[in-house]
Amino acid sequence: MFEAIAFYLFAFLTISMFFIAVTTSQALHALTALAAGMIFISAFFFILGADFLGAIQIVVYSGAVMALYAFGMMFFDTTRDIKEKKGNSAIVFGLSTLAAILIVVIFAAPMVSGTIEALYPVVEGAGNTQQVGLVLFTKYLVPFEVAAVMLLVAMVAGIVLAGKKMDLSLTLMSDDEVMKLKNEQNKKVLL
Amino acid sequence: MMEIGLNHYLVLSTILFSIGLVGVMRRKNLLMLFFATEILLNAVNIAFAAISHFYGDLTGQMFAFFVIAIAASEVAVGLGLLIVWHKRHGNIDLEHMSTMRG
Repeated sequence: MFEAIAFYLFAFLTISMFFIAVTTSQALHALTALAAGMIFISAFFFILGADFLGAIQIVVYSGAVMALYAFGMMFFDTTRDIKEKKGNSAIVFGLSTLAAILIVVIFAAPMVSGTIEALYPVVEGAGNTQQVGLVLFTKYLVPFEVAAVMLLVAMVAGIVLAGKKMDLSLTLMSDDEVMKLKNEQNKKVLL
Repeated sequence: MMEIGLNHYLVLSTILFSIGLVGVMRRKNLLMLFFATEILLNAVNIAFAAISHFYGDLTGQMFAFFVIAIAASEVAVGLGLLIVWHKRHGNIDLEHMSTMRG
């Protein structure tokens, strides 16, 4: 009973938040709607008994990814309205067909795989975090380490890409210096 | 109606995935395209967690963890590239990124 109420409430909230995120013309509205949707999604993980995944969802998505977007948006001109794409009918048709096929496959998959067996069944008498640790550090140890290396590579790439010319402050420079820097950058692009 | 089963979660996941696809189709600003990509990843995560719960198997949750890790690194690299592009060209619209067209 309470599960049903919670499911429908959070389903409605998540769908409306994500709908706002893809339809609004204000970048800041999209960002806040997306952050709210991420938090509402973690409610589904708590309902499903995946407590650790829910906590990770809040910490990583709402805490790290959304904060990263918020800081990244300071570099962009986010106050002007976002222009929408004029629909390329071939792409729209193709992606709609893909989505329709996807829906059919999603509903057919549980019917086809009726006799599915759990490969790594849930350990009885252990909390969700303990179960996750047992599986993650035995069966999925190599992917876990590869993911760690991938995150390190992403961190180095982020520092190298975004950290260029961080020592220059555009607000503290005089107009002549800014114009000179702009000309230099334009030259570099042309070359 | 009151009993929430696997199909409820799969329907919800499909709806969210479709919303993400609509976002990918109609957005021109690359930052907004990134937001739509996050919606796609989250929709799939819900399906993984639901299947993991209803079949008593932890593999779905493991895949959801790896999807989250990949999404985090994608954001770090993608935002770095976007900042570099915006510093050079002053906008992040898709239609201006056609320099590789022959």
